[in-house]
Amino acid sequence: MSEYISQDFKSDQEVKWCPGCGDYAILAAVQKALPEVARQLNYEKERFTFVSGIGCSSRFPYYVNTYGFHGIHGRASAIATGVKVGNPKLSVWQITGDGDALAIGGNHFIHAVRRNIDINIILFDNQIYGLTKGQYSPTSRLGTVTKTSPYGTVEHPFVPGEIVLGARGTFFARTLDIDVKLTAECLVASAKHNGTSVTTVLQNCVIFNDGTHKAYADKSVRDEHTIVLRHGEPMIYGKDRDKGLVIDHENLRLKSVKIGENGITEKDILVHNMENPNPGIHMMLVNMKFPDLPVALGVIRAVKDSTYNKNVCEQIERSRRHPIYATVDALLRSGETWTVE
Amino acid sequence: MNKQLIETNDVVVRFSGDSGDGMQLTGTLFADAAAFSGMGISTFPDFPAEIRAPQGTIAGVSGFQVHIGGGEIKTPGDFCDVLVAMNPAALKSNAKWTKPASTVIVDVDLFVEKEFEKIGLKSDDDIFAMLNLSDRHIICAPISTLTKECLAGFDVDNKTKLRSKNMFALGICFYLFNQPLVHAEKYFEKKFAKKPQFIEINKVVINGGYNYAANIQAIPNTYRVKKTGLPKGTYRNITGNQATAWGLIAASEKSGLPLFCGSYPITPATGILEELAARKDLGVKTLQAEDEIAGICTAIGAAFAGNLSVTTTSGPGLSLKSEALGLAVMTELPLVIVDVQRGGPSTGLPTKPEQSDLAQALWGRNGECPLIVMSAQSPADCFEKAFRAAKLAMEHMTPVILLSDGFIANGSEPWIIPNMSDFPAIVPPLVAEGTEGYMPYLRDEERLARRWAVPGTKGLEHRIGGLEKDFIKGSPTTDPENHQKMVNIRAEKVARVAKYIPKQEIIGNPAGKLLVVGWGGTFGHLYTAVGKMQEEGKDIALAHFSHINPLPENTEEILRSYQKIIVCELNSGQFANYLRMNFPNISLLQYNKVQGLPFTVTELVAKFNEIIDSL
Repeated sequence: MSEYISQDFKSDQEVKWCPGCGDYAILAAVQKALPEVARQLNYEKERFTFVSGIGCSSRFPYYVNTYGFHGIHGRASAIATGVKVGNPKLSVWQITGDGDALAIGGNHFIHAVRRNIDINIILFDNQIYGLTKGQYSPTSRLGTVTKTSPYGTVEHPFVPGEIVLGARGTFFARTLDIDVKLTAECLVASAKHNGTSVTTVLQNCVIFNDGTHKAYADKSVRDEHTIVLRHGEPMIYGKDRDKGLVIDHENLRLKSVKIGENGITEKDILVHNMENPNPGIHMMLVNMKFPDLPVALGVIRAVKDSTYNKNVCEQIERSRRHPIYATVDALLRSGETWTVE
Repeated sequence: MNKQLIETNDVVVRFSGDSGDGMQLTGTLFADAAAFSGMGISTFPDFPAEIRAPQGTIAGVSGFQVHIGGGEIKTPGDFCDVLVAMNPAALKSNAKWTKPASTVIVDVDLFVEKEFEKIGLKSDDDIFAMLNLSDRHIICAPISTLTKECLAGFDVDNKTKLRSKNMFALGICFYLFNQPLVHAEKYFEKKFAKKPQFIEINKVVINGGYNYAANIQAIPNTYRVKKTGLPKGTYRNITGNQATAWGLIAASEKSGLPLFCGSYPITPATGILEELAARKDLGVKTLQAEDEIAGICTAIGAAFAGNLSVTTTSGPGLSLKSEALGLAVMTELPLVIVDVQRGGPSTGLPTKPEQSDLAQALWGRNGECPLIVMSAQSPADCFEKAFRAAKLAMEHMTPVILLSDGFIANGSEPWIIPNMSDFPAIVPPLVAEGTEGYMPYLRDEERLARRWAVPGTKGLEHRIGGLEKDFIKGSPTTDPENHQKMVNIRAEKVARVAKYIPKQEIIGNPAGKLLVVGWGGTFGHLYTAVGKMQEEGKDIALAHFSHINPLPENTEEILRSYQKIIVCELNSGQFANYLRMNFPNISLLQYNKVQGLPFTVTELVAKFNEIIDSL
């Protein structure tokens, strides 16, 4: 049994994010989650490998005392895929941001998700380019004023969860940087999931996009403006746990209702089933937007399916059991040969 | 009928037809039959980029040239002794490759108005005169009609019958060169094991062609290629792409590390990925990536994770991989990048050979970014060079670009099958578990290679990446002195590889009048041209380079030993300029061709004679 503590996952590198950056809380959540992952899955510390792209978030691997690879912009999913296929025993974690994963790295991101390769992607979503000092990103809301959109953006943002589901993703979770406990909980679930897990962390950039998630993430309103989903439990939220989600049958969408009003009881509230293979409800959940509906947090989708890495290994094992050529010498002598004497 | 048997040293046959006519297979079967009977062969497929361009058009013509000889054959031949043209378009686009007084066999059934129109001719045009073929020996064989007649007793439709007309043409050629049918027949038996009717169909048709040739007056002579002897050994045929794949697998076996290939399909490199994907029984992992960048990035990830990593591509793909190549240089991980060059720039000429990626391979990255650049010189040589590229990558902890090209990748030649026990060991600098105080960028003093600690090994946790590294610890730093030191040591590491590669060989006298310099896939043509002139007593030698960065240690000494040097390449002078940069005081002549075609021996001999005569 492997027993580790958070301290085991702290590197000797000085952390260089801006004071007040949401990344500190995510780092703390990861260092909290890893000992738990090691304990639950019986992993040795040397199995953990962190891979990142480019951006503020991508400095992350330097700060965890595991194997780490700081890649190039947008390519972390591809590098992480190679690490996992190359050495399937590793627990591979990809750190990326909204620009890294969804702009320059969009192609690799969707294909990693489609392949369902067993890597854990943590997507830091601060809706801005921080490292290049404040340009809009693919998740910036329409109209966001930044250095490269002084009149407001004129393009529609991505919803990361929608992309994950669209790419046939098997795991999607969403959490808040400041909720270290929930983040750690999602990350442990992500590690236990076989297949590509995407956990989006709604993260604050204190310098270039301060307060972008404040309307629902702030402690004073969080209970009312977010809902934490838990498998098998009714979709209830609110400070007094008096609100819930039901299907609005007329419009085929989710609707927030108050328990006790209009004859609504807890029994009428939807029960969260993260294992439902049909992504319909999951798609509605990831698309809930404040202020119409609470922002969905927690593990929204976790369905079982075969993984790329396992399929690769199985094909190789099968072929090795019944090889056409067992050695290179045999391969070289295959087919038609002739001798000159 | 008594036909005269003429002995010859070698012969070149070019099969041409519509891309659906099966000319590649016809040519391959002809070449195999010659090889199996102990002759030397060299082949050159010349096919369009389109899979099936409109039938009967010039764009749809597919060709396959075979050179057979009694001894070693190094090129597919410049011009052919026999041209098979299955339709007017094939004749029109291949007429220029026929030798004077050569034999041209056409399927006269298709020399009709409808087919002429597709190539802009009228039905009463004299196509042979228009193509200056009046002195050629033209055999107008009704190949389509006779194929159908051969198969009169078979219960298949006409379309199916006509699909085997290429075998009728092949039968004619087998008769013409006194080649046995047995190898082709064996092929049918294997290929159609599950459809016995097709074994019969093809056998009947190929025999039909053979007998037709034996009976008609139009073929007065047959030829026998005199055997002058090949080196002893057990042979097989191999293409460059196949040999590249196998060389990499061999390196995996020798190093004991699993082979990972992340690639995106691209002509003419795809064959390597296909070959590797089939070899799961030897533990090969292939990943067909979503794009070229993912190809190299998955390979870099797998290299970090302790694999022998490879990515295969062609020119445009290498452009896309540039940034990631820099990452591999920075992280000092072993990686083999195979670039099967094709005509450029941009999409260029996807199926045609060129050597114009050399500058890109040497310099196409941001920053001071040195890596090993080497090349393969023939189809079979790809095996040894791929093996060596992998060995150098792993033992020196560096990316290696191996340059092949469309000519050697798809061409084939007989190869004496080597024993793996004759190949050297590959010993990557892996760090053992329990090693105290591992520093990722601490180097061995000889090679300057850093040590490779594989994730999953207890106690060796470390972090690397694309940011400039501390000289020893590998942590990110922008210290000016450190950056200078790292730039220097990365260059020195690659430069020192010169001590671990063979000295440059010379074919011919070690000093003299004219030195021909080449590299890569032009070897066969340069070797044949130089050999021809040496036989005539000319003072000429060949230095054909496999290693470009670093150059072999004796390069300058060689270049200073001849009165004139001519650098021959299928580009506008990239290697010549590279040599000038390295040796500014040595004057070099150039012979360049950028037509998407290999050199011809004829043009090379003419050029070399011109220089020698001027001395």
